[in-house]
Amino acid sequence: MMSTLLDVQNLWVKFPTRNGVFDAVRGVSFTLGRERLGIVGESGSGKSMTGRAILRLIRPPGIVEADQISLEGVDLMNLSEKDMRAVRGQRISMVMQDPKFSLNPVMTIGDQIIEAYRLHSSASKSEAYNKSLEMLEAVSIRDAERVMRAYPHEMSGGMGQRIMIAMMLIPNPEILIADEPTSALDVSVQRQVLDIMDKLVKERGMGLIFISHDLNLVADFCDRVLIMYAGRVVEVCDANKLHEAKHPYTRGLLNSLPRLDAPRDRLEVLERDPEWSEAPSVSGRI
Amino acid sequence: MSLTDDNNQRRPRRAPLSEKAWPLAKTSMLTLGSISVTLLGLLFITFIIGRVMPIDPVLAIVGERASQSTYDAVYQQLGLDKPLLVQFLYYLWDVLHLDFGTSLLNARPVSEDIARVFPATLELATLGIIFGVVLGVPLGVLAAVRKGSWIDQVARVLALVGYSMPIFWLGLMGLLVFYGILGWVGGPGRVGIFYVDVVPSVTGLILVDALLDGNWAVFKDAFSHIILPASLLGYFSLAYISRMTRSFMLEQLSAEYITTARVKGMSEWDVIWKHAFKNIRVQLITVIALSYANLLEGSVLTEIIFSWPGIGSYITTALLSADMNAVLGGTVVVGLIFILLNIFSDLLYKVFDPRAK
Repeated sequence: MMSTLLDVQNLWVKFPTRNGVFDAVRGVSFTLGRERLGIVGESGSGKSMTGRAILRLIRPPGIVEADQISLEGVDLMNLSEKDMRAVRGQRISMVMQDPKFSLNPVMTIGDQIIEAYRLHSSASKSEAYNKSLEMLEAVSIRDAERVMRAYPHEMSGGMGQRIMIAMMLIPNPEILIADEPTSALDVSVQRQVLDIMDKLVKERGMGLIFISHDLNLVADFCDRVLIMYAGRVVEVCDANKLHEAKHPYTRGLLNSLPRLDAPRDRLEVLERDPEWSEAPSVSGRI
Repeated sequence: MSLTDDNNQRRPRRAPLSEKAWPLAKTSMLTLGSISVTLLGLLFITFIIGRVMPIDPVLAIVGERASQSTYDAVYQQLGLDKPLLVQFLYYLWDVLHLDFGTSLLNARPVSEDIARVFPATLELATLGIIFGVVLGVPLGVLAAVRKGSWIDQVARVLALVGYSMPIFWLGLMGLLVFYGILGWVGGPGRVGIFYVDVVPSVTGLILVDALLDGNWAVFKDAFSHIILPASLLGYFSLAYISRMTRSFMLEQLSAEYITTARVKGMSEWDVIWKHAFKNIRVQLITVIALSYANLLEGSVLTEIIFSWPGIGSYITTALLSADMNAVLGGTVVVGLIFILLNIFSDLLYKVFDPRAK
């Protein structure tokens, strides 16, 4: 295993409500090297919250607690808000689900990319402009100069997400968190966006946390997979050994998917066992 | 599969100048067209109101004891013997030449009266709206950012008081405290009695005229007179503007692009002002334009309490003495202001929101 970039130990995300505290994430621990780590789970399993908690982007009244979230030895939990801002974007970045909502509708794409770059560098405007053009070309956007002047609503979903990737990678971060980056896209462009992201992450030797509900996609695309259920990691396995997964939840998920090579008349229905949400991970402590 | 399949919009072909100018001309023509239609509707309604009022315009001119022949002569002179449609066209013609007829009260042309009273309202309303925007917008933004904190509560109470307190009471109390007891501000009227007509009227706005004349004494006196009613009006628009700003901002702050800005490592101040605020400008313009139009209409109560010779008190006085020409003239002007402000805010939309282009 490669050197550890990120080490998360015992991460909790809590939301105080009128009926007591709701725990969205309950003691999640994992490490990330220069690899592609998938986090899979159903809606509400806490996978997005985990991604946001790493960037300390959970807004009050939400509370993040962890024994440590250390980025190359520095515990992010102890950083001041100002120091944390220097981490965001520059060292850890995030691509979100739908570019329709994650790009500012009244700013040109150029301004938004240039802004992302200049927040962490003292580059002049023209340097930043040229760098942004380069970055747009790196995500296979043709006619980058026109795109720089355009507004988000003039872009298609696939282009929007590639722009988002360009914007988030321009300060050259070490870790990219991709939170369902292809869920809002047409199936036909999902692959392109993934390929571009994969290429850039590999070239730059970054760590990638790929959050998705799509088990097949994650198994295909990632090196390692964390399976989350009810705010906990229930199983960790290598992506190519996913079919050997032991946890009944993972097995249930796998069996509920149709397969071309082994067609079945009826797919299995996933039965949830309340015990899973309390039992420790079948993969032991990681 | 090519990676740029959905990038099918190539560099746009350079359009010849005439082709570029056409959409602009078309938009301007459409705008002008809609102004004319709205204005025509407004004039038609005021005309009808003028005709259905149970006031005999001839009697109002010639008096109760005029002979029948005098009455008939004036009847014809006013064109009342003609069909209604023809009368409307006459009326239209007159209004287009800024002729609203003669006031029955002082026998002066109504247009002259309006030219005299409107600047007073304009001055008061403009100062009021500046006050309302300069304080109301930041207060609303702050209340949204610190939702649920003490500052949000203070903003809520301020707005509630602004909504529910009758202006005549606040006005009287303001005069009592700041003029009567403390003597900090000037009393009713636009300037003190010694400063009346001291500076030549160029714009009709006393503050501007005094500056143009370089007369500081008049400026200071006029300012001390306008500050109390302007703050009051400003307070009422502040109440509305701050509430609306708060709810617009709350909507934007929960949007996903705000998370994007935070992920980039941006400071909260920049997230709020450079990202969220840019997105509420369009909605805010509507709210401000509406408030401004309301103030320009002339806030009758404020103008009466502060003896402010503005268009609100002018129309009210005219209405109470059945001076129909003055009422209609005033109504047309107020309606015109509404139309113009609406068009102005539509134009600003196009500047601030790329999607409206």
